[in-house]
Amino acid sequence: MMQRDECLKVFKRHRKDEIVVAVYMAAQEMTHIMPNDLNYTFTGAMGQGSSHALGIALGRPDKRVVVFDGDGSLLMNLGSLVTIANAAPKNYIHCLCENGTYETNGSVPIPRAGQIRFVDLAKAAGYPKTYEFSNLWDWDYELDNILKEDGPIFVDLKVEPGEAYPEDFRRLYSIEYRDKFREALKKS
Amino acid sequence: MADSELKAEDIIREIKKAGIHFVVALPDRVTSHYLLKTIMRDPDFKVVQVCKEDEGISICSGLFAAGHRSLMMMQYTGLLDSVNSLRGVAVEGENPVCMLVGLLGKEPGVAPTQSKKYGVKIIEPVLDAMGIEHHLVEESGDMQKIVPAIEKAYASTRPMAVLIGREPK
Repeated sequence: MMQRDECLKVFKRHRKDEIVVAVYMAAQEMTHIMPNDLNYTFTGAMGQGSSHALGIALGRPDKRVVVFDGDGSLLMNLGSLVTIANAAPKNYIHCLCENGTYETNGSVPIPRAGQIRFVDLAKAAGYPKTYEFSNLWDWDYELDNILKEDGPIFVDLKVEPGEAYPEDFRRLYSIEYRDKFREALKKS
Repeated sequence: MADSELKAEDIIREIKKAGIHFVVALPDRVTSHYLLKTIMRDPDFKVVQVCKEDEGISICSGLFAAGHRSLMMMQYTGLLDSVNSLRGVAVEGENPVCMLVGLLGKEPGVAPTQSKKYGVKIIEPVLDAMGIEHHLVEESGDMQKIVPAIEKAYASTRPMAVLIGREPK
């Protein structure tokens, strides 16, 4: 099991100019660990991160789009796996921070926590490539390749909470930061 | 064809005039046959099929963030199913999600709020309660509403809905 913030720190070391979409706790941590104008946290409703990321990926096929989704979030939008596989964006990397809980909502376990094989769901939906990581060394080792391969790619990260970071939901959904993102993306 | 009827080709012309190239869709019984299928065959459009309508609200928002205009096509039942995404993504998130919504079962010539069909009757009050501008398109003369509505949505970064009152042919 990896700590989610440590996973993000590993990603930060490999990041070049990718757009990163993140939801809930991953989003809160990302704003502290790797602030970047190409971070997108403005997802507005639970479950919608993967769909926002798809829109961005389709709109900018020249840019890699990495989404750090949550397992509770993905369960609310499971059909998006099929939508994404059908649209088949080569620049899309779907990372799932699987912690088995609705961490933002009091850490209540998700249904069938620990018993769902998310990579199997992704494969069955049509993702051509899937990965599953439960240790940082493997995640670190494979990440450069993952960032170059044709997608859509699904990555299941087995995580638990790490260090506590301050929460700021107003920042996550700020229109001002969304508009900064749009401007930064236009220039990149 | 009577002048008052809707033509799919007219709607497509207006959508193109408004600079829309991405269409996000879940089939709607009112607009599937003559409109969506035609759009799907048109190389000027990239169609993204969704499994559930609320995905489309977010995909359109992602496309906006990436600098593109788009149109979400769905039935009014899908709009009702997407109210939370409309709230959080489109309205509070100030995203110019433009929706083309089929009012399945609306009686010709009857205002949606007077329809005997419960879901049709409540659509406009729901949109009004959410502060989402909407325009009924039911006759050929209503075509002129489409482009200004889309332009206003993008200028103000606010969502809007074009409600299709009868099947376009």
